[in-house]
Amino acid sequence: MRIAIVDESASRAAVIGEGLAALDDCELFVVTERRGLVARIAEIDPDIVLMDLGNPSRDVLEEYFAVSRALARPIAMFVDESDDESIAASIDAGVSSYVVDGLAAHRIRPILDLAVRRFNAFARLQTDLAAAQNKLAERESVDKAKRILMQSRGLAEPEAYAELRRTAMNQGKRIADIADAVVTAHSLMGGS
Amino acid sequence: MPRETGAKADLTIGFLPLVDSALLILAREHGFADAEGLRLALVKDMSWATVLDRLLYGHTDAAHMVAPLAIATTLGRGRPAQPLSVPFVLGLNGNAITMRPELADQLAPAGGLADPAEAGARLKAIVAAGRKLRFGVVHRYSSHNYMLRYWLAACGVRPDHDVEITTVAPPFCADALEAGEVDAICVGEPWNSVAVERGAGRIVLVTAQIWRRGVEKVLALREKVLDERREETEALVRALVRAARHFVDPDHWDENAALLARPEYVGGDAMLIKRAISDRLLLAQGAEPSPFPDFMFQYREAANFPWVSQAEWLYTQMVRWEPPGFDAGDARRAARVFRPDVYRSALTGTAEPLPGASSKVEGSLAGTTVVGTQQGRMTLESNRFFDGGVFDPANLEGYLASLP
Repeated sequence: MRIAIVDESASRAAVIGEGLAALDDCELFVVTERRGLVARIAEIDPDIVLMDLGNPSRDVLEEYFAVSRALARPIAMFVDESDDESIAASIDAGVSSYVVDGLAAHRIRPILDLAVRRFNAFARLQTDLAAAQNKLAERESVDKAKRILMQSRGLAEPEAYAELRRTAMNQGKRIADIADAVVTAHSLMGGS
Repeated sequence: MPRETGAKADLTIGFLPLVDSALLILAREHGFADAEGLRLALVKDMSWATVLDRLLYGHTDAAHMVAPLAIATTLGRGRPAQPLSVPFVLGLNGNAITMRPELADQLAPAGGLADPAEAGARLKAIVAAGRKLRFGVVHRYSSHNYMLRYWLAACGVRPDHDVEITTVAPPFCADALEAGEVDAICVGEPWNSVAVERGAGRIVLVTAQIWRRGVEKVLALREKVLDERREETEALVRALVRAARHFVDPDHWDENAALLARPEYVGGDAMLIKRAISDRLLLAQGAEPSPFPDFMFQYREAANFPWVSQAEWLYTQMVRWEPPGFDAGDARRAARVFRPDVYRSALTGTAEPLPGASSKVEGSLAGTTVVGTQQGRMTLESNRFFDGGVFDPANLEGYLASLP
């Protein structure tokens, strides 16, 4: 079976492709480039197209599929009415799927289920990454604030940190928020 | 209606980042929804396909939608049928046809918009001379597609035969013009202006020149959701009417343009957005903005009233351009998508004019006409088609037969 993964995010396409590569009897094609998308899909001649819901080219591709209905291998949004739940799950996960007309549901289902799981896994990765980046940014801002306090008030590092913590506790805020405020105030006052 | 407990009802609404999503944004940001006991959450997407998916699978309760898509979905074109309902029209027109400058210069006089009949005749000559032209529209089931085709066909240029029409996503319209993937686009704002700013295109016509009062975006809900949440839907209609009044008031243009330009909404340049909402477009790079009254038409003359005749006109265009052909049952289902009854019951007792009829002859008003409303009379200005065509909803098949 020929599966095309259309995703402008190359990293997500890789995560999904990696999952689907485990399937027997499937050939994968990853399309991350927007230009020439329709021509590329025509060339691949896929049985299944998986596309992320955020992709602005969905309307373009659906138009192509609508026109291609007149062709030998019509392709349509996979909306199996008998299985609303799995479609809902794929919409939740952020993936749309288009399937060549007449392909048996029992062949499609495992691929869709897998795609949904991979989309969800990617979303979790993104959340973890965002949390990690956030933490890193917070640490940088706390370090900066400490340096400002050490320089402007002649404090030692542990004292500077204690000062930030005390202020945070008094104001019912997070240390990172206080640190941000210190950094902002400092740059407003002409510091660098 | 505000609830007795004071608790707010939550409504989630999908939209695409286009200037005509404005009323939803204004209803949320200026407190009009809040005053009606609603808490709006807006979900921004990048394709109509996704806006529709979210609506059908319950991620959203309502959506900003190209009007023909609501009808196509109800009729089961492109996917299994799911009945949608439209209690409110988010606006009329607001689109333009922008061409590569070299083509535009052959159709339009320097510095101005073209005359639709004249430009059409010139286009016909260009095509007859053997030039292959490709037009981009934003969606198969869009008023852009139908307005463009109406104009071309009325000028003797046969869509799909003499010229190709393809789908281009709005954010990529300027790119597609620049790269020569298309020669012209029919798209909403701010995307014409973006193409103009980049020198990729010149605005040749606005759709208001093709049909002076053409239905554009609508508020769509699943029929079932409208039935289950009728009270909230009516509250939303009232909030949107207030938003519409705010939108057209020149005192608020700067403020609203800045609001719409926020990245979570339409995004982009507030100056370009203001051009659209003030009906003053820059037609070509380096020119001065030129006024075109009613380029966008979001409030006056009960513009938000879902005239059944508008849904029926869209249905005639759908069967005109793609199979299956006319079917009386489909025509009835299409007509039923627009729900003037909901609009009326939402606004009964307010000062908003409520037309007495649910349908009107479209294109019949060359000058101004006075029509009856429940509160008295309302003056309607011209709603003509550029070719003088008249659409009588009492005779859909006759109208179809009369079209070129």
